[in-house]
Amino acid sequence: MKGSSISAEDIKKIANLANIPISDTQAEELTKQVDVTVSYVSKLQELPTDSVVETSQVTGLENVVREDIVDKSRILTQKEALENAPHTHNGFFVVDAVLEEHE
Amino acid sequence: MNEYELVIGMEIHVELKTESGMFCGCKNDQSLDKKPNIYTCPVCLGLPGALPVPNKKAIDWTIMLGLALGSEISEVSKFDRKHYFYPDLPKGYQISQYDMPLCVGGFVDTSFGRVRLHRIHLEEDTGTLKHTTLDGKRVSLVDFNRSGTPLVEIVTEPDIHSSAQAIEFLKKLHQIVRFVGISDADMEKGSMRLEPNISVRVKGSTELPQYKVEVKNINSFKFAAAAIEYEFKRHVALLEDGKIPVQETRGWNEDKNATVSQRVKEGASDYRYFPEPDIPPLRFSKEYINNLKSKIPESAQEKAQRYINEYKLSKAQCVGVITTPEFSNIFELMVVEGTKTSGVTASDVANWLINKKSSMANLSPEEFITKLIEESKTVAVSDDELNKIIKSVLFENEKAVTDYKSGKETVIMFLVGKVRAQLKIDTARILSALKKELIS
Amino acid sequence: MNKNLLDLSILELSERLKTKSISSVELVTESYQRMEASEPIIHAAITIRDKKEALGKAKNADETRKTDSHPLHGIPYVVKDAYLTKGMRTTAASKILDNYIPPYNATVIDRLEKCGAILIGKMNMDAWGHGASTENTDYPVTKNPWDTTRSAGGSGGGPAAAVALRYVPFAIGEDTGGSIRFPASWCGITALKVTYGRVSRYGAIAYASSLDSVGPTAKTTEDCAVVLEAIAGIDPYDATSSPHPVDKYVQGIKVSIKGKRIAFPLEYYKEGLDPEIKTAIIKAREQFVSLGAIVEDVFMPLLEFGVPVYYILAPSETSSNLGRYDGVRYGGTRELFTKETRRRILTGTYALSSGYYDAYYKKAQKARSVFIQNYTEILSKYDAILSPVTTISATKFGELLDDPVTNMMMDVYNVTVNIVGVPSLALPCGFTQKGLPIGMQIIGNMYGEKTLVSLGASYQAVTDWHKKIPRGENS
Repeated sequence: MKGSSISAEDIKKIANLANIPISDTQAEELTKQVDVTVSYVSKLQELPTDSVVETSQVTGLENVVREDIVDKSRILTQKEALENAPHTHNGFFVVDAVLEEHE
Repeated sequence: MNEYELVIGMEIHVELKTESGMFCGCKNDQSLDKKPNIYTCPVCLGLPGALPVPNKKAIDWTIMLGLALGSEISEVSKFDRKHYFYPDLPKGYQISQYDMPLCVGGFVDTSFGRVRLHRIHLEEDTGTLKHTTLDGKRVSLVDFNRSGTPLVEIVTEPDIHSSAQAIEFLKKLHQIVRFVGISDADMEKGSMRLEPNISVRVKGSTELPQYKVEVKNINSFKFAAAAIEYEFKRHVALLEDGKIPVQETRGWNEDKNATVSQRVKEGASDYRYFPEPDIPPLRFSKEYINNLKSKIPESAQEKAQRYINEYKLSKAQCVGVITTPEFSNIFELMVVEGTKTSGVTASDVANWLINKKSSMANLSPEEFITKLIEESKTVAVSDDELNKIIKSVLFENEKAVTDYKSGKETVIMFLVGKVRAQLKIDTARILSALKKELIS
Repeated sequence: MNKNLLDLSILELSERLKTKSISSVELVTESYQRMEASEPIIHAAITIRDKKEALGKAKNADETRKTDSHPLHGIPYVVKDAYLTKGMRTTAASKILDNYIPPYNATVIDRLEKCGAILIGKMNMDAWGHGASTENTDYPVTKNPWDTTRSAGGSGGGPAAAVALRYVPFAIGEDTGGSIRFPASWCGITALKVTYGRVSRYGAIAYASSLDSVGPTAKTTEDCAVVLEAIAGIDPYDATSSPHPVDKYVQGIKVSIKGKRIAFPLEYYKEGLDPEIKTAIIKAREQFVSLGAIVEDVFMPLLEFGVPVYYILAPSETSSNLGRYDGVRYGGTRELFTKETRRRILTGTYALSSGYYDAYYKKAQKARSVFIQNYTEILSKYDAILSPVTTISATKFGELLDDPVTNMMMDVYNVTVNIVGVPSLALPCGFTQKGLPIGMQIIGNMYGEKTLVSLGASYQAVTDWHKKIPRGENS
């Protein structure tokens, strides 16, 4: 996958996946920028990694868990939970009606 | 016309009844009437900077469920981020499991054949959405109380071939979940949710159909059967017409008694899974797994076997008392109490519980046994004693006697009641003795 | 009236506060005087705490001080505006969080509060950590105190400028791909990128979860060591925080570096590095030798792959971490993201998307293993690696903005440190002819911060680069 060229169509699809609204002019500029970036990082393909296992955790930690106990100190009051929201109603957060069904 | 058969794979979600959340210490309150957004914290509300820490009990319980279902427990497992955008998903991703789930395989046997399990994994639940109108505008109200609740996902292979098999499978699974003791699995309350993936093929074919339809919004076994039956007819009609049913998500509509199209799935969604960087992987030793295995409570089948052997109950009696783990525990407490007092057998206890369930189950074991003995004291009263009381009741209630003799037959129950107030014995016996006396 | 108290070290201040020759009220007053004088030009801060409130805290600190109070008791400090502070606006330098008032404190804030330190400001940065010049902020850009026509570096330009100008004795920064070390070098101060997991990330607005680190920046190695002791240690709210015991880092100051082995990777000093920086670091190398350390040339040829790995991992993880900003529960909506942030989110989404995941994200995670192997090999034979921090000294505004590749290449010396997870101490080692600071970094073993403190403190005991303060029109 050497520095494959990204089109404005691709960018629109990616922007949709990323839930970032972009205008057509923004799409044009972003297409160039992302394409340049992706081409540059594609250089990584030159590094041989055939028999290598990925590292997701540099700490080497395993089995970090917590006991099943209620932590009252962190539970927010309804007021605190809603405080920074732009639109609330009777203790709920409000959003425009969502048409799409849940995944 | 061809003969067709159903090909169904089920996806079942079970909310665990842990004390706290999957990745935070928020109260896991399963009651329905609470106020919105009262059990949230930076973690399950998706605030900036918050980090998840997994609930050990949720992990252990998932493994125990897997063991009870015959699954392989993965030696190494991890969490992954599953990305999509929806208002009830606060982080914009759900912490779930992708390619290294806690449990692989497993099965539930039904009278129609074995239903194999593909996998069982652990994830966090989302918040809930309610649709309404505010100031003339259609809006959705979001509540994050449920966000972060531990959720087990069970996926079957497409081994289900009829609605009857589906229901039997679901009932068995439901019972296993309840008896492992990890969830109330109440479909109406939403602690067990199911989505059948339905397709149809010509009978005798072994190939998987090229499409499948996912059905949501099913909140009872009855509706599951109805939805499956509806889809079967719908798919067959399309196939007979040379068409392939559209691959989509449909919702069960109770009022219409039909499924309704909700959304067309263009291929698989791109969830951009990657390993959750905030949570180190999990590794389970054989000792750890064996220890969990030893903690799995008795299954319904194991209980029944024990009751038959130890208590000499019949199979029917077992079905009557082994309804839920709680009820069978109450039964056993009653039996223990009863055996302290001679004469009360496990069979007696079973019969009383089965026949008078709602009024008796709330009593303490002592109260229950006392009441049972009291009401059984019928055998202690002689016929002479009974007739003496009957005579005095008839003497004191002349009008009733006259009414009865003049044709008002229902009055006899009033007289039965009067006798019974003095003698706690079987009403049938009183009734027949009374009638004898009244005729004479 | 005492003057220039804030030029003193934390331990010196702590001594004088305990003997009552100075007070926290005086210290905090001086902080605000300096901020009031410089901020109209420098813009190091996004939010400054109400002065009355801060002085109230200072007064309280003076009244509650005991002989065994923590060295940080009553000491003012600032943080990069990526740390959640309860009741105090936190923006990550983005319009999206312009009015955001968090309901909780980051763990690092709680720990410092417990020590009695006094938070007085939330400092400027590249929005979400995306950048190396603080020009990607939605607030007025921070100026370099040494030359106000130039950038202070990034992404933590604000805290770096604050420390350089001695607003406060220390700041808490954050380093994902050089964000604490880079501005430290451009501003002539010291900064510590800690071992991944050494300090809790709970309450730090995430940029790249597997790379982010929380650490101190101050005038000297000693100051950094004092702060590190106060904030390091496992946190039950952060599953990646380490149970590794917290060393007595301050004790490392007095430890001799005789016989300590330092690796000098030749690839790091080839083309692309400003000759003035190269000269300065070579001089520093000679300094270490005169102090008794052994410095040897080594080969670390993977350097060229560091930036590609970073610019796959970081954008991928940030595209995920920024998903929560949907304007429902808090903050503004997503069209408010800056151009640079959008570039990173889209690049990251692409690298994680179906069909590309294996070639990009997964490949980068494999490369990560290769880097870890390489570093482990070198660090099994050496106590530290001596490296530049930046390829050039502070740039003029606008120079860095348009070319994404040049932008990315600026991080070449820093990113592999985060990829591997090892700690690194950045400290000043000279000035350019134009009078701009030059920095170097000493990279150590996992949990080897104590060794880095010894090396840094020994160097600073025989040099005075770290004592230089940008004064003149800015003081």
